[in-house]
Amino acid sequence: MAGAGGGNSDVQWCFSQVKGAIDDEVAEADIISTVEFNHSGELLATGDKGGRVVIFQQEPESKNQPQCRGEYNVYSTFQSHEPEFDYLKSLEIEEKINKIRWLPQQNAAQFLLSTNDKTIKLWKISERDKRPEGYNLKEEDGRYRDFHTVNTLRVPVFMPMDLMVEASPRRVFSNAHTYHINSISVNSDCETYLSADDLRVNLWNLEINDRSFNIVDIKPANMEELTEVITAAEFHPNQCNTFVYSSSKGTIRLCDMRAAALCDQHSKLFEEPEDPNNRSFFSEIISSISDVKFSHSGRYLMTRDYLSVKIWDLNMETRPVETYQVHEYLRSKLCSLYENDCIFDKFECCWNGNDSVVMTGSYNNFFRMFDRGYRQDVTLEASRENGKPRSVLKPRKVSTGGKRKKDEISVDSLDFNKKILHTAWHPLDNIIAVATTNNLYIFEEKLN
Amino acid sequence: MEVNAEARRILAVSISKLYASRTQRGGLRLHRSLLLSLVMRSARDIYHSSRESECQSSEERMDTSSDPEEGQQQPGMPEPQTTLISSEPAQEEPDSADEECEITEDKENLSPTRQSRKRRGKASAAPDFLPIKRARLEPGEERYAAPPSCCRSGAGDSLIALSLNRVIPPPNIHTAYECLHKPHR
Repeated sequence: MAGAGGGNSDVQWCFSQVKGAIDDEVAEADIISTVEFNHSGELLATGDKGGRVVIFQQEPESKNQPQCRGEYNVYSTFQSHEPEFDYLKSLEIEEKINKIRWLPQQNAAQFLLSTNDKTIKLWKISERDKRPEGYNLKEEDGRYRDFHTVNTLRVPVFMPMDLMVEASPRRVFSNAHTYHINSISVNSDCETYLSADDLRVNLWNLEINDRSFNIVDIKPANMEELTEVITAAEFHPNQCNTFVYSSSKGTIRLCDMRAAALCDQHSKLFEEPEDPNNRSFFSEIISSISDVKFSHSGRYLMTRDYLSVKIWDLNMETRPVETYQVHEYLRSKLCSLYENDCIFDKFECCWNGNDSVVMTGSYNNFFRMFDRGYRQDVTLEASRENGKPRSVLKPRKVSTGGKRKKDEISVDSLDFNKKILHTAWHPLDNIIAVATTNNLYIFEEKLN
Repeated sequence: MEVNAEARRILAVSISKLYASRTQRGGLRLHRSLLLSLVMRSARDIYHSSRESECQSSEERMDTSSDPEEGQQQPGMPEPQTTLISSEPAQEEPDSADEECEITEDKENLSPTRQSRKRRGKASAAPDFLPIKRARLEPGEERYAAPPSCCRSGAGDSLIALSLNRVIPPPNIHTAYECLHKPHR
């Protein structure tokens, strides 16, 4: 059944493809910073630290091999953002692509929003597979013909050509954010979208790039009183008046734009009381939410903090309905993770097509899936060693106790430089895209 | 006390991270700076509280012991390690830090809120990641062991001086730290 998470005992994942350089030396510009499927799943976009966007397109399923889903091949590559310099503040603005969000398709062209720390851009990706030939005044190579040789008239005709994919910037939305943009989200009305930085959320119209509405502002009058920042924001998938934003304190606020122009007063506040047994120096850091995602149904909300994934029912604000521990064995290592900066890593999370399974990344190129219905979870690894096409991924286990079983890996052997921060799930099928530092892995469900 | 040493170490690591983040490409990250300042505040609270309890216990000992000691002498104060945290980026720390972290594992999970909030020095109203507009340490001041070069840029960098790789005799760590929260005399 397409899109079914099923029980994890039913679904086996196998390697499909890997994109990116094989070198151990990772060029900083190649570090993948965002991954996103479009609404049909046919296109997969990645953004990197060098400001580039690479779009992969799924090949149509061939009738010869109905068991294999189409491969993803490069469709378009373009430079979305360049490094800039803010002269007033003497600050460099990184070209790193923080987020990509696709617009629902409305005509032949595809549109996506890409953003760096300060500027959002709307890109149009269109195909050209025909070109006019038979001009009267020009040769095929473009040179003008000598007038004296022109003694007939003809109508140029469109002839097929090799497919060319063009990406062109249609809008540039800039100068609206003082702080670093962490999220963009397209509204279900397909007319507006929001962008969020550390202290503010702005609402834009896709057609209008020279002004935006500020809808959330949590900047205190005195910056010395700052206690929390906005870490992520998203529109509700169906209700165009509703959006949520998460904070560094581990709270999520749901706002209704019909209530007021400025949505500083939340409609709902989702917050779980802290467990006093787990209090430590680093409690605040690990409770900071790094990602928030609505379920496709719009009924649930998923949040990711450093150690766990939480599922919230929009109808219950007091506590999450489900909590999944991603890597609880790291709780006793927080001090070292603070020193090597890993504790600041911002992991993302995603839902599968029918909201039955959620996925998030971890260290050592491990990623985790949690089946909500069957209450099962699995740890898998993205590595070229498992890189034979259609080879089934073996579940991995981290040993937490004293005795390490065979095939288990101890916590101290984990490579904290190999982290999976960005993952994406095909909206309809069991195909996932998992980004390691500079490689993109595509896994799919094993079909018999 | 191990808690004291751990708090001091975390404080020093945090300061060096804050300092390093100033030169990061893309500018100071507000979220990261906020989280660092929260950790620093917790560590500072623990550090102050544990020093108070040490002072109290040493005062009790002074009352009962036959030879009275000076208020500044802290018999309970552990000798500072010669390998104090350097101001190098934290990536070079993990190995030694791992071991220390394993030993003081439980101490790390002490609830900071259990400690007394009383502080001896005047608490800084400004968060630590903002430049502190206080009088600078004078280069020739003998009271502090911080080298003159560290005093050039003001109190913010004096915090860095605390974390530099040198041995500072116990009383001076306390007084050097305290002076950052008091007006310079």
